[in-house]
Order: sequence, then C-alpha cells, then structure tokens
Amino acid sequence: MIMHHIADSHGWHILDWNGHAVSIPLPVILWTSNGLVVFSSAEFHHDIEGHHVVEAGGLQFVNKHEKIYYAGTEDKPIDLSITKNVFALLVGAVVILLIFFSAARYYAKNTNAAPRGLAGFVEPLILFVRDDIARGAIPEKHLNRFVPYLLTLFFFIWVNNLLGLVPFFPGGANLTGNIAVTLVLAAFTLIITNVNGTKDYWMHIVWMPGVPTALKPILALIELIGVLTKPFSLMIRLFANITAGHILVLSLVSLIFIFESVWISPGSIILTLFISTLELLVAALQAYVFTMLTAMSFGAAVEEHHHDDHAHAEGHH
Amino acid sequence: MDLVTPGLGLIVWTTLVFLILVFLLGKFAWKPILNAVHAREEAIDQALKQAEAARAEMGKLQASNEQLLKQAREEREAIVKEGRAMRDAMIAEAKDAASAEAAKILESARTQIHQEKMAAVTELKNQVAQLAIDMAEKVLRAELAQPEVAKANVERDIKDLNLN
Repeated sequence: MIMHHIADSHGWHILDWNGHAVSIPLPVILWTSNGLVVFSSAEFHHDIEGHHVVEAGGLQFVNKHEKIYYAGTEDKPIDLSITKNVFALLVGAVVILLIFFSAARYYAKNTNAAPRGLAGFVEPLILFVRDDIARGAIPEKHLNRFVPYLLTLFFFIWVNNLLGLVPFFPGGANLTGNIAVTLVLAAFTLIITNVNGTKDYWMHIVWMPGVPTALKPILALIELIGVLTKPFSLMIRLFANITAGHILVLSLVSLIFIFESVWISPGSIILTLFISTLELLVAALQAYVFTMLTAMSFGAAVEEHHHDDHAHAEGHH
Repeated sequence: MDLVTPGLGLIVWTTLVFLILVFLLGKFAWKPILNAVHAREEAIDQALKQAEAARAEMGKLQASNEQLLKQAREEREAIVKEGRAMRDAMIAEAKDAASAEAAKILESARTQIHQEKMAAVTELKNQVAQLAIDMAEKVLRAELAQPEVAKANVERDIKDLNLN
C-alpha cells in the first residue's frame, strides 16, 4: 500500500467503499505504433495485474503495476498519461499561478503602498529568496537575471511539498518525492549553470589555475565529475527527503491496521501529527536547500575570479 | 528499483509545466512584483535621504539663527555703548559751554557794575562839588551881608595864616 502510494498511478484512488475502490479516473495518453491513443483509466477497472484488456485505437492494452503494456507482450507504448502525479503537478501549478497572479495584481493596483493581504504574505518570502538565498550566492551584477527563476523554483518545490502533505484529494500525491520531478529540476540547474558558465568557470574546471601542472588533469577529472554530482545530489536529496516523509507518515498511520486495534490509534495519531509537523518544516527546508544550492551553482558559474583570490579559492575547494 | 526509475511521462509533463510556470510567473508575477518592491525600496531610500538632508538643513539654519542672534546682541551692545558715550560727551560739552557762558555773563556784569559804579562816583563827586560851591556861595553871601562878621573872620584867618 505504501509503495503504491509513493509510486505513480493512472487513477487517483481515494478510498474503498464496501469492497469497491473509489477513485477518480484520469486520462491515459499513449503514443503507440498507431499514433496517439487516449482513453480513461477507469476502463482498467482498477486492475493492475494485467488481466483486464482495454481496446483502444485498434490496439489492446493491459495495466501491469501501473505500467501500460501492449496486451500479451512485454512491449510498452510511450506513456504520456495524466497520472496522479501529473494531475497533482497541474493542481500545484494552478495554485502557484493563482497565488502569485493575485499578489502581482495587488502591486499593479497599489504603487508604493505597504503590502497587505496576500501580497503581505508572499512579499517576505520573495524578499527572503532574493536577499537571503540569491544575493548571498550570486554577484550583484547577475542577480536580476537569476532571481525570477530561483523564485519559481523555490515556490514550485515548496507549494508542491505542502500539497503533498495534504492527506486528501487533490493533495497527498508524492510529487516532489518522485525522482522524475527532481530529475527535471536538477537537470534545469545543471543546464542553466553550464550555459551561463563564464570562461573563468570552465578554466577552473578543465585547467585549474595556480595548481602544479601534473595535478591539473586529475583535478579536471574530479571537477568534471563534480559538475554532474552536484545536480545529482540535488535530485536525490529532494526525492529521498520527501519520499521518506511520506513513508513515515503512512507507516505510522498503518500501525493501526497492522496491529488491528483501535487502541493503538492515539499513539499512532500523536506520532503522525508530530511527523507531519516535522514534514511541514522539511517541506520548507528542502525548498530552501534546493534553491540555495542552485543559486550557489549559478553564482559559481558567473563569478569572476581575481587572481588574488586563487589562494583563497583553492583553500575552499 | 521502480522507485528510483524516473517515468518518461512525468519527466515530459514536469518539464512542460515547469517551463510554463517559469515563463508565466516570470512575465506576470515576478517582474511586476520585483519591480514594485524595487520601486518602493528606492522611494523609501530617497525619502530617508531627503529627511536626512532636511534635518541637516534645519541644523544649519539653527546655527545660522544663533549666529544672527549673537551678532544682533553684539550690535545692540555696541549701539548702547556708543549712545552712552555720546550722551556723556554731550553732557560734558553742555557743561563746558554753560560754565563758559556763565563766566562770560559774570564778567560782563562785573564790567558793567564797575562802569556804573564809576559813573555813580563821578556823579557823586560832581554833586558834592556843586554842593560845596553852593555852600561856599551861601556862606560867602552871608558873610558879605554882615561885613563885621566877615571882617572878624578874615582877621581870624589872617591870624591863622600868620600862625601857620
């Protein structure tokens, strides 16, 4: 049950009622050998063992553990379905857009006024990202170029983390704990960092100045691996933290069912409450850490080293 | 292993949605918000600077006021001093003039008195002389009227003369 929750699914399972699963059907979108095929996930009738065959677009499909196969084969079409996580992603995007568009409207209406209402709530957060995360890591000259991206990144992770903690529909999806999502975010960090890398940045990677020549190729190898490991650690960190949180909360709730006793529930609820509160902190903390490390990565890419700084820079690496 | 295998569908959707978010938020949220915040920060900064400048100006004004007051006080003192000196000088001058005038008047009075006195003395002398002449005339007339008395007198006088 926990693993099913942590993983993605084609329908949004809400509860079981009298032995029947109640779930919200989501569209299955497949890029098949016959082109695009779309049908409702309800047509699988909650079957994930690959027994129930669905016919669509002249082809037959089965759902084996939330993976769509051509019936009777081991081949898979390209699955672009609006899965539970994709749906949560869209919900999150809508929430973010609603929050910040209405905040932006306040600023359009009230020039030079103190922020009130929603604007008063988001402005300290925006200033926190700009002043405490971005300004410390990125040179002032390049700051304005990166702040909008960092803001989007921070609020995307944070809002989706929080929505993931809401235990009922449309929250509760393990979106930011899905490795595909963290992979995409980390990949953006990797791409933006290296696209913006200055000559100095690349010199420090492939031919480190101020180091004996014999060491330079070794350092270059280490630095090149470092280019990849930094975003990789970003990806793993967010994925592992959020997934672990979800597993913990679910395990604690499941204690009641494992012991098959109502008497275990007070302890279970208190522990769940404690962990959920902790997860609220983790949600913000992981958004902060991801954004912070991304900002530092951007900062390193555009930083102009002065030759006096090299001794210091070496000590730092 | 399923857990750490990224699904292609979710990668595509996340990329798409995230890029749309970056674009939409960047254009319609962050730009106006950051611009507004920046404008407000500038305005506050400027207002603070202006207040500081006004305060400095006020201080300067106060200092110059004090300077002016001091100057005025000094001027007043100088005027008062000058007035006092002038008054003293005037009084002294007036005193001198008055005493000189008094002396002059006294002198002229004295001269006049002297002249008057001399005139009176002369007058008196003249009158006494006249009186003496008149008396002498009268005596002579009387003596001449009584020749024996006159003869006796002349004899006595001659006797006296002889005695001398």
